[in-house]
Amino acid sequence: MSTSGLKAIAPVPTAADFLDIVLSKTQRKTPTVIHKNFKISRIRNFYMRKVKFTQDSFDEKLSAILEEFPMLDDLHPFLSSLMNVLYDKNHYKLALGQLRTCRHLIDQVAKDYVRLLKFGDSLYRCKQLKRAALGRMATIMRRQKDPLAYLEQVRQHISRLPAIDPTSRTLLICGYPNVGKSSFINKVTRADVDVQPYAFTTKSLFVGHLDYRYMRWQVIDTPGILDHPLEDMNTIEMQSITALAHLKACILYFMDLSEQCGYTIEAQCKLFHSIKPLFSNKPVMLVMNKIDVVRLEDLSAENRALVDEIINGEGILNVQVSCYTDEGVMELKNKACDALLEHRVDAKLKGNKINSIINRLHVAQPKARDEVVREPFIPDAVKEKKKYDKNDPERRRLEKDIEAEEGGAGVYNINLKKNYMLEDPDWKMDVMPEIMDGKNVADFIDPDILEKLEALEREEEKLQAEGFYDSEEDMFDSDDEREAAEAKISLQKKLVSQHNKKSMKNRAQLPRTAGLRTLDELTGSLTKAGLDPSKIKERAEKLAAVAGEKRKRQREEEEAEMDVDGDEEAGEGDWMDVDGEESTTPNKRRKSDSGAVTVRGPREPRSNRQLAGMRDSTQAAKATKLRNLGQRERNYQAKAGEADRAIKTKMPKHLFAGKRKMGKTDRR
Amino acid sequence: MRIEKCYFCSKSVYPGHGSAFVRNDAKVFRFCTSKCHKNFKMKRNPRKVRWTKAFRKAAGKEMTIDSTIEFEKRRNIPVRYNRELIQTTVKAMKRIAEIKGRREHAFWKNRMAASREKLLAHRKKKLQKTSVKLLEPMAVDSPGAETVREKIKVPAKPRSALIAGEGRSMGMDLD
Repeated sequence: MSTSGLKAIAPVPTAADFLDIVLSKTQRKTPTVIHKNFKISRIRNFYMRKVKFTQDSFDEKLSAILEEFPMLDDLHPFLSSLMNVLYDKNHYKLALGQLRTCRHLIDQVAKDYVRLLKFGDSLYRCKQLKRAALGRMATIMRRQKDPLAYLEQVRQHISRLPAIDPTSRTLLICGYPNVGKSSFINKVTRADVDVQPYAFTTKSLFVGHLDYRYMRWQVIDTPGILDHPLEDMNTIEMQSITALAHLKACILYFMDLSEQCGYTIEAQCKLFHSIKPLFSNKPVMLVMNKIDVVRLEDLSAENRALVDEIINGEGILNVQVSCYTDEGVMELKNKACDALLEHRVDAKLKGNKINSIINRLHVAQPKARDEVVREPFIPDAVKEKKKYDKNDPERRRLEKDIEAEEGGAGVYNINLKKNYMLEDPDWKMDVMPEIMDGKNVADFIDPDILEKLEALEREEEKLQAEGFYDSEEDMFDSDDEREAAEAKISLQKKLVSQHNKKSMKNRAQLPRTAGLRTLDELTGSLTKAGLDPSKIKERAEKLAAVAGEKRKRQREEEEAEMDVDGDEEAGEGDWMDVDGEESTTPNKRRKSDSGAVTVRGPREPRSNRQLAGMRDSTQAAKATKLRNLGQRERNYQAKAGEADRAIKTKMPKHLFAGKRKMGKTDRR
Repeated sequence: MRIEKCYFCSKSVYPGHGSAFVRNDAKVFRFCTSKCHKNFKMKRNPRKVRWTKAFRKAAGKEMTIDSTIEFEKRRNIPVRYNRELIQTTVKAMKRIAEIKGRREHAFWKNRMAASREKLLAHRKKKLQKTSVKLLEPMAVDSPGAETVREKIKVPAKPRSALIAGEGRSMGMDLD
């Protein structure tokens, strides 16, 4: 929107800042390490690079400034002359020109010194040349102090100028100081212009915007003008004059008939006449303000004559307004906008651009090709169709009516089948089988299935005739049958074995003797299998007899021992028995003097120490019980013994990690 | 409602059975069992997995070229319902199934004929290897042919206390 032709400009640094920026940039962006024992070409390049880089950065920055500041000749005449008024065209051009010269000088300096550096024969010389080059550049730049300061001020002022678009629809308010120009702009727009009861309150142009007929209008408030020659006008007045001269706007010339502004009606009329040349080719409105004080009708004859002279001028509209009471303000706005709009359209029509647009506009008008009348076609059925009427008992039955009859929404289910379009209406409610013999019926549906089936049948007959299906039955032989039977049996066995394996899985293991059988069973099954069990039987009987004998002898011995209690010499055998000798009957039970039963073995102690000193087994049992009770606490805590003080985990995770909810954190 | 074919094994999947996977390009893969689904997820090629229909067809174990097969296929042309047509179709389906069965049997027989020789050779070999040789039942001998050796008690060698390790302790209580 704010295409005033003046874009935002980057700040212009002062001369000193400018130097700092460029030199520090050179320091930062170029290599810094050099030694005198480097190759001379390298040293030269090092310093040449520095000089060139400095020149480049100067060039870049100055060009940016020169480019950003607008060229007065390229601007819209209004902006150009406004800038001339505000900043003095000569001064502005001079400042930019100086910068341009400065850029050129710096380029020259760099060029010269680079040329000299090519002949530098030592590090020291090269360095001195570089120093001189940068020094001269800095001197040139330092001389640009004033133009830079001036340009910075201009930039700041430009950034504060109102965004006036010279080409858009504009209402321009002008008149003597203090006649109520700013009051009007405050009334019609949202611009907040300062209004005070003294002359020259408004010192520069102000812009407000208003909407009328869905378009954006800008209203420009100008400082007051006094009636004296152009040369005597000051900067403030000159701004108004530039606006009047260059903007194609609707001019609102404000007059104060009450003369409260301090200027007579005569003076105001005179000013109008003197600036009238500026109003040529523009709609002009004479606005008589402050009618709440004095109206046009109340004026004296001579004043009235003066005003009438203006009013009767060609193309001048007049409106009476009071910004105080709001009387006629809207009327003025509408009138002014309409007048300007009309004027702009007229101007466009007069211009030569209009032709190019009009050529492109074309409204097609169809022409009748013959005399035949082509009426729209409406079928009779549609014409005769009765209009649907809710109250007519003979009305068409809608699906809605059927729904209501059949139980309403949620109960009635629409039967879509009734609208089917089939060859025979009787088929509508047929239920079609979808699946048959594990096949989709839909996959077989084919309009010419009969022909295809016929072809298949013929093919089948042909195959039959050729003997394709012969030797159907002689496939199996006896071996096949046997194999089939075998396979069946093996499968059965496999199943049984698998079942057995599975069923044993969770079964307790039985001792080896659990499945022992009697000798009769063994011999029986062996005979059945066609084997002779006689030898096995004989041997088994013999073994059994020996074992029986042994058992018998043992029993006898035990009985004999019971009789002679404690007599150890009563053992069998005729050899000499020595004290402390092992008994030859290992299964003999003995009693020690304490009554505890001892365990036997060649090296084991005679008596059980744990039981020593106990009266009898009940006492021993009680002792054991008490001991176990004493150890229970330790066992709970998984201690090895009473001396075990080890802490297995110093920081158990559950006590140190996470949120603590309930319970205590110490574990001992 | 229709019977679908399993993507992996080509078994029929009846309504309400099996599972389906819809890829992000909207292709639907139906599976009869989790086994087939898992095999699919393992990116196995059904043509290379021996138990699938695809393998059997690819390996020439099933009849693939026949006029009966042409009858059953998805035709994406809608046909308006016609009672007569459906009736003939249902009748034709039965006849087609019958012919197809016969031809498949003939195909199988043909295939088996080629491998008959091999089968017979294998059978012979197997018979030799696994058959049990039955023994003649033994003639029952007369008992008591062997004499039972009697156990004779041999008196133990007298042990001397003077010899170390002769069964006595090394105590000093010698007589």
